[in-house]
Amino acid sequence: MTDSGNHAENSGNSENSVLTPFNMVAGMILIVGIVVTILRFTKGLGSVTNLSDYNPWGIWIGFDLLVGVALAAGGYVTSAAVYIFGMKRYHSAVRPAVLTGFLGYALVVVALHYDVGRPWRLPYPFIIQQGTTSVLFEVGACVALYLSVLFLEYSPAALEWLGLKRARNLAVKLTLVLTIFGVVLSTLHQSSLGALFLIAPSKLHPLWYSSYIPIYFFVTSIIAGLSMVIFESTLSHRYFHDKMDATHLEENPHVTLGFGKAASLILAGYFIIKVIGLAADNNWHYLGTGYGAWYLVEMLGFVALPALMYAVGVREKNLGIIRGTAAWTVLGIVVNRFNIGLIAFNYHLPKSERYFPHWMEIAISLFVVTVGVLVFRFIVTRMPIFYEHPDYEDSH
Amino acid sequence: MTISRRRFLGWVGGAAGAGMAVGHRARAATTHEFEGYPDAMGVLFDNHRCIGCRRCEAACNRVNDLPAPDQPFDDLKVLEKQRRTDYRSFTVVNQYANGGQPEAPVFRKIQCNHCKEPACASACFVGAFTKTPSGAVTYDASVCVGCRYCMIACPFEIPAYEYDEPLTPRVRKCTMCHPRISKGQLPGCVEVCPTESLLFGKREDLIAIARQRIRNHPDRYVDHIYGEHEMGGTNWLYLSKAPFHEVGMREDLGTTPAPALTAPALGAVPIIVGLWPVLLTGIYAINRRKEKIARSEQEAAVAEAVEQTKANAADKFALAMAKAEQDKTETVEREVKKALEEAAKEQEAGDDATPQSEEDLS
Repeated sequence: MTDSGNHAENSGNSENSVLTPFNMVAGMILIVGIVVTILRFTKGLGSVTNLSDYNPWGIWIGFDLLVGVALAAGGYVTSAAVYIFGMKRYHSAVRPAVLTGFLGYALVVVALHYDVGRPWRLPYPFIIQQGTTSVLFEVGACVALYLSVLFLEYSPAALEWLGLKRARNLAVKLTLVLTIFGVVLSTLHQSSLGALFLIAPSKLHPLWYSSYIPIYFFVTSIIAGLSMVIFESTLSHRYFHDKMDATHLEENPHVTLGFGKAASLILAGYFIIKVIGLAADNNWHYLGTGYGAWYLVEMLGFVALPALMYAVGVREKNLGIIRGTAAWTVLGIVVNRFNIGLIAFNYHLPKSERYFPHWMEIAISLFVVTVGVLVFRFIVTRMPIFYEHPDYEDSH
Repeated sequence: MTISRRRFLGWVGGAAGAGMAVGHRARAATTHEFEGYPDAMGVLFDNHRCIGCRRCEAACNRVNDLPAPDQPFDDLKVLEKQRRTDYRSFTVVNQYANGGQPEAPVFRKIQCNHCKEPACASACFVGAFTKTPSGAVTYDASVCVGCRYCMIACPFEIPAYEYDEPLTPRVRKCTMCHPRISKGQLPGCVEVCPTESLLFGKREDLIAIARQRIRNHPDRYVDHIYGEHEMGGTNWLYLSKAPFHEVGMREDLGTTPAPALTAPALGAVPIIVGLWPVLLTGIYAINRRKEKIARSEQEAAVAEAVEQTKANAADKFALAMAKAEQDKTETVEREVKKALEEAAKEQEAGDDATPQSEEDLS
């Protein structure tokens, strides 16, 4: 902090606002990301990843796709709560959640361009030849459609910013239809991301493989969405407090309490259906193994514990506990998706054949997240996300 | 680009929905049973006969125009470590210690097993894999996106990928020499095998032959034809003199064909698409109606309250008016009376003394 203070004295305030520590770190990540991008598209996946014939999917799928889509669930969860379930006092949470979701999905698609061999062929499954027997076809179709839905759901903010009144009013009229469409598509592809692994019972450890895995993925996406809305609003309050209007500031504690309560209940329900799955497949004996210990860490540390802490936070009306639990739950989603996509996958292989990401894979994942944060900042500092545009106040 | 037959069929398939693809490519959301193509060919590998000469590897490399290997095919030192298929080799031979007879190791040839209902074909979202009536599972690089889900799906860990191709990577795997068998030739590996460890023929016949060999030499073979039922059955079949798990073949794969594993999840899609909008619109409508009722109740309550207040106000007003009227009358009367009394007093003042008037005042 003192460094940047000195810097301000030396070179003036205008430059200081650009050369903040955050911007410098972000800039470095972007430069490394661009270099690795060039390597990826000139030398191939082999030179920048540790992927192999045994491990065709690494963190670009495990993190960028599986975690990215789960954490972008805040959009459908919040808009469903407000527009379908009629919880209107959370209205000010819709726009930040939809924006986070839209950017999340957009970046998932960007990240996929690195991972697949011939990214320009990504539309082939829809326009050339349809592999309708594939779960991945369903994922692809739903993600493509839902990205469009999120774009339309986000568009009123951009259109208000651009002053295009008629287009904005038209987009707002679509709200309910888009919300319902969004929930349908999210139900399908959030669950299908889990269903991708149904085809490989011999490769995914029995503690994580279950015929219920699509349901587990769908339920955890709701938990991820609720927690991510709280987590994102915690960060936004720290950095974009000045952009928020009175309504947003006044409603935020209600959003945190309400979403924390919902997350606690759904985590508890998820714990129960996980135990049911364990019992249905009679997998109790695996709990005594090394994988069993790690499974218990996930179940007790990242499911039972946050369920309890959310409940305590809501009971005590302690926003600090709820916000901390939200961050912990987001980490729990990362742990769960990593377990299924990477850690418990290929559990049968010898250690020498197991996957660990190359630093350049991590660099691209960081690059994608950084781009997301920068675009989020660009949009919320310009468009009516945390406040209502003066021309459209009380128009909803 | 012209419209090819395949692409046209793709459009038709898309228009007709999932039903078109089912049965030909893989099983999807259906209870339909696919018994396998009746005259499908296969290969029987008998590891009792295999001597680990690697000539099948060399032949495979030649007929498929694959890149040259790091070590020549006649270098048998390669057998000392376990290998798998990769982008340069559609087949490899591995050597395993034979517990019973250490002096006679067991060899295992690895290549695509050409499942009756292939996991790769079911998993591919662009339909790049085809189970042909000849029994071969073929791959079409011209549509492949390179997502590598086939490699995730394959229970035998066969498909390999050209990781060092930056822009045109392909998935690589054995095609049972589909171009050759279509012309009536033998697969490259089968043709070259000096010990007839590999036998090409109709899958049904191969199963009969394998069973006959086990019957003739029960001491020689494990009593199991690997591939007859594994993952719903494969067109490549195996006889072994050692337990299959000792030669690196998984015995825990089960007999469910891969497409059946994802069929229930895919079957739920149309139900969700049909049911969710109804449910969600219903919830929305219930909430709206609740709000409407709450609003009209509130309005009624307010109206009643206003009415009550108004009525109360009117009553009060009337009362006040009446009181004011009464007050006014009383005042007038009082004033009149007072005036009369004063007048009377004034009259008396002339006659009477002062004390009386003092008494009046007190």
